[in-house]
Amino acid sequence: MTERITRQDVAHVADLARLSLTDDELDAFTVQLADILDHAADLDALDLADVSPTAHPLPLVNVFRDDVIGPTSDRDEVLAAAPSVEDSQFKVPPVLGEGL
Amino acid sequence: MSGSAPEIVPGWETVIGLEVHAELATVTKMFSGAPNRFGGEPNTNIDPVSLGLPGTLPVLNGRAVELAIRVGLALNCTVQRSVFARKNYFYPDMPKDFQISQFDLPINGEGWLELADGRRIGIERAHLEEDTGKSTHVGGGGRIHEAGHSLVDYNRAGVPLIEIVGRPDLRGTEDARAYVSELRSILVAIGASDGKMEEGSMRVDCNVSVRPVGQVELGTRCEVKNINSLRSLGRAIEYESRRQVDLLTAGERIEQQTRHWNEDEGRTHKLRSKEEAFDYRYFPEPDLMPVEPSEEWIAEIRAALPLLPRERRHRLAEAAGVETSATSLTVDRGLDDLAMATIHLGADAGRVLVHLENNLADGVGLLTAESFAALIALETGGDLTATQAKTVLASLVAEGGDPAAIASAKGFEAMDSGELEAIVDRIIAEHPDDWAALIAGDDKERKKKSGFFVGEAMKATRGQADGRAVNELLARRSAG
Repeated sequence: MTERITRQDVAHVADLARLSLTDDELDAFTVQLADILDHAADLDALDLADVSPTAHPLPLVNVFRDDVIGPTSDRDEVLAAAPSVEDSQFKVPPVLGEGL
Repeated sequence: MSGSAPEIVPGWETVIGLEVHAELATVTKMFSGAPNRFGGEPNTNIDPVSLGLPGTLPVLNGRAVELAIRVGLALNCTVQRSVFARKNYFYPDMPKDFQISQFDLPINGEGWLELADGRRIGIERAHLEEDTGKSTHVGGGGRIHEAGHSLVDYNRAGVPLIEIVGRPDLRGTEDARAYVSELRSILVAIGASDGKMEEGSMRVDCNVSVRPVGQVELGTRCEVKNINSLRSLGRAIEYESRRQVDLLTAGERIEQQTRHWNEDEGRTHKLRSKEEAFDYRYFPEPDLMPVEPSEEWIAEIRAALPLLPRERRHRLAEAAGVETSATSLTVDRGLDDLAMATIHLGADAGRVLVHLENNLADGVGLLTAESFAALIALETGGDLTATQAKTVLASLVAEGGDPAAIASAKGFEAMDSGELEAIVDRIIAEHPDDWAALIAGDDKERKKKSGFFVGEAMKATRGQADGRAVNELLARRSAG
């Protein structure tokens, strides 16, 4: 069987998710994720030619709400929960770290 | 314009594909009842869903879906079953760390848009997604890549957007501007968006690549963001074309990247660093059901669409017997209904379009199809000169009324041809040297001198002479 997921794949996904993993964790998650992918691959053994792709487990479509204004949040209450505030806005560090 | 597109750098062709985001004109946001409203105090149009608070769930705004279908139909797209997806990335403008968008199953598939000159530009897709919050970069000179910190306002977070992805069918700045103008006219006409670029309710990302003229395969493209006006769009395309040609002629390669347009500096610069060569890990949004518009619903939405700018251009062109491109200004100004009605009353279509384009740029005021048609009848019947007609038209716009009555109140009487002849003969007699020069001169000189005599005739008649009749008289006299 080909390798379903490499240690590098796991490191890349962890990086995208802003997770910093130790070497031991990388090893452990590589094995666990491979097991999960193996489990999903069990489906390949079934003949699914007549089954249409499923987007959602519930058999519902077109669940809409009316375009009507509902309650809004109190700004002061919301901003009180923010780590840093300036001019009624959320103050955040620069993100696109280029040149920093 | 078709055939050979203008070259920004000689020998090189610029290939452009535009991605236009337009905010949909709903009352509330895409997935919650917070108001979709521009210009409020920061962080006032927010609720737990737009803030992405834990435990909140999105519920789709049916009106946003309807408007998206309108856009799809107006752009001749296939309206289809669609599924929402999570686009995962970490950026403070999207506090739940993903944006709900559509990925492999957009609500609108392939379509096209027709420019005023009749060319069709391909549309790849037009899908629904939610807008992000607005970040303002503070400190470090204000440039995004050297900002000291950022301030985030979530009023815009969750506003419904339609993202219209165009094919790389555009070839120059004029093409790009024409496409955006047409798209904006369509969105406004169908009530899907207010299309205000300056308020950011319509935003254009521009994919630019260059290739030597004659080369078939496309060059590597760069995506330019932060374009806030049609003027910036043209400038950014020109800058980016030159930058890419400079690199290629220096033997370097173009790196596919996202670049930021800086309006003040008139240049683009690289925005995202390489590790953020984005890997969005899209997956179906488990909290939303698929959208499957029924044939009946689509037909109902189609039936309620107004005439589109393209259809209005074709309609007027057919009625006036001109090319569609000759009708675009009148349609853009929304004066085509007046033009149609006036032509239907029997007015000369050419005069209708000339007056609409040249003399009614500031609006039509109290002008009606009836008074407009009556005025043009006086003009084409020889009772009013073009100059007099223009004066009466201004009066009809300002005060309305009957063109014949206005003309006579202003003392515009059709000049008896004998009377005009006498005046012209007198002027010729008074200016023998000019007349001799006219007779002896080459075409250019004759034209110049004819202009002089027409001017004198106008002076002598206080503008009541018909310039065309004077010219005919001069021609007859000089031939005889």
